[in-house]
Amino acid sequence: MNNPLNIVPESAIESQSIAPATMSPTRPLYWSVRRELWENRSIYIAPLIVAAVQVFGFAISTIGLAERRRAVLLLDPAKQRAAIEMPYDLAAMMMIFTVFIVGVFYCLDALHGERRDRSILFWKSLPVSDLTTVLSKSIIPLVVLPLLAFAIIVCVQVILLLETSVVLIFHDVSPATTWAHFPVFQNWLVLLYGLIAIALWHAPIYGWLLLVSGWARRATFLWAVLPLLAIGIFEKITFNTSYFVSMVKYRLMGFAPDAFDFQGRSKPTIDSLAQLTPGKYLSTPGLWIGLVFAAAFIAAAVRLRRYRGPL
Amino acid sequence: MACIEARGLRKVFGTTIALDGIDLRVAEGRILGIIGPNGAGKTTASNAILGLTSYQGELTVLGRDPWVAREQLMRDVSFIADVAVLPRWIRVSRILDYVAGVHPRFDRAKAESFLAKTTIKRASKVRELSKGMVAQLHLALVMAIDAKLLVLDEPTLGLDILYRKQFYDSLLNDYFDRSRTIVVTTHQVEEVQDVLTDLMFINRGRIVLECSMEEFESRYLEVMVNPEHVAAARALKPIHERQVLGRSVLLFDRADRDQLAALGEVRRPSIADLFVAVMSPPSHKATARQADPGGKVNE
Repeated sequence: MNNPLNIVPESAIESQSIAPATMSPTRPLYWSVRRELWENRSIYIAPLIVAAVQVFGFAISTIGLAERRRAVLLLDPAKQRAAIEMPYDLAAMMMIFTVFIVGVFYCLDALHGERRDRSILFWKSLPVSDLTTVLSKSIIPLVVLPLLAFAIIVCVQVILLLETSVVLIFHDVSPATTWAHFPVFQNWLVLLYGLIAIALWHAPIYGWLLLVSGWARRATFLWAVLPLLAIGIFEKITFNTSYFVSMVKYRLMGFAPDAFDFQGRSKPTIDSLAQLTPGKYLSTPGLWIGLVFAAAFIAAAVRLRRYRGPL
Repeated sequence: MACIEARGLRKVFGTTIALDGIDLRVAEGRILGIIGPNGAGKTTASNAILGLTSYQGELTVLGRDPWVAREQLMRDVSFIADVAVLPRWIRVSRILDYVAGVHPRFDRAKAESFLAKTTIKRASKVRELSKGMVAQLHLALVMAIDAKLLVLDEPTLGLDILYRKQFYDSLLNDYFDRSRTIVVTTHQVEEVQDVLTDLMFINRGRIVLECSMEEFESRYLEVMVNPEHVAAARALKPIHERQVLGRSVLLFDRADRDQLAALGEVRRPSIADLFVAVMSPPSHKATARQADPGGKVNE
């Protein structure tokens, strides 16, 4: 049905074949994603604010950095590395958490806002299918936000590295220790891998939130969260078990032990590319079960949008 | 081939029957006005045509089933469903970008030239525009789309008289070209009178009257009856009677003009007069016809 070539024979309207109806099928998707970014500026503003806070906070913390670095250099190499890497990892983790929160709230509003402000009637007056619309909205948390997080984290880390180097040089400490203990390209590869792993793992969460935002008339957050809470409480009271709660926890954090090999360390640190285990990750049933659920939720949201009008 | 063809079109919401088996055929190049009171089923009918609501019965628009092929249909159909559905957060320049990006038949230069006649700034957000300007913007977008069918659902609701007049003037002068079809639903009868080629009254989900404007003009006559002829005029079975400044005004369907001229002043009724006559509950019509002039029900 989406193939524009199908239209001509099935329609007897003569001018159909004359009119310039040729348009790449991905063009509406591309413009719909751009449209989402115009509408939801928090997608990039929130991470940028967090980045600014990180850079500013780190700048203040460089007071006394040289003394601390001299003390750190007396420790054994593993501890040195952990201490030097710490602010960079923290910045990355904060950013990943930020884009997760942004993605959650984005999805909760994505199919609700257009019904609330009645603009769904305008969007539906254009030749953009419900599938394209819902896909463009899923692309934001699944593709745009991870890539944005990657770009911003890289920029923040570069700025932190430069700040550190300048301060250390100024205090006659060689910045080489920082660069040696923070292998940038390796770390960015780990970061990119991690972001992809997280996006895939969280896909059913975003799918569920999109579905709820297309379904609920109001209070999308409550509709998204309360049923999960209710099931958890019901299970606890009735059977005194908490399988459901562990399942939700697994869906939030369960990617880590399968996507990475922490080699029995007490702290989940990664200092070699050998710790990335994409093969193991891709053979985790949890990943695929999650993706099946994500596809089902998104398909349901597409179908639902067809029936939806203004609230 | 008809632009819109419906047979037994029916839509039920819970216990409310919004459309109760409508048969409809709109040929290419017509301007059909669907007129009815609030809750008559106008919007449901236009929503069904636009693929915004499911329905029972048969419906084809430009050879397609709108409910299953909305996306393809919207390449050839544009609509303004209600005023103020443009997203309030978007900038004028960006809404042009977006429509140009997704619509294969959108002529941006045309939209720009329509906008040039208004005071709308490209950098404004929709929320900063007045209601009339939003309607102008929406019309500029729609008129720049080379569509075969345009559906307008109460397009001028809440606009002041200047914008309303301008809206229909632009539509007729700059858009309509006899190969396009326009369907407009409204309950503001007066303003579409000179625009339409076809007329349809619907009430409670049913078509109560359907005719072309030529037919309307030749069929219906209104007589301001001289007091001494009231009884004679009533004997000719008017479809409605009302009182204007103490005189009876009777509306006739397919009556003999010369015969009526003998009874008083004959004139052509407005759509609004006919609308009131057709929409009045039967009991009122009966009262209007039979009761003595003193106890008249005046619509």
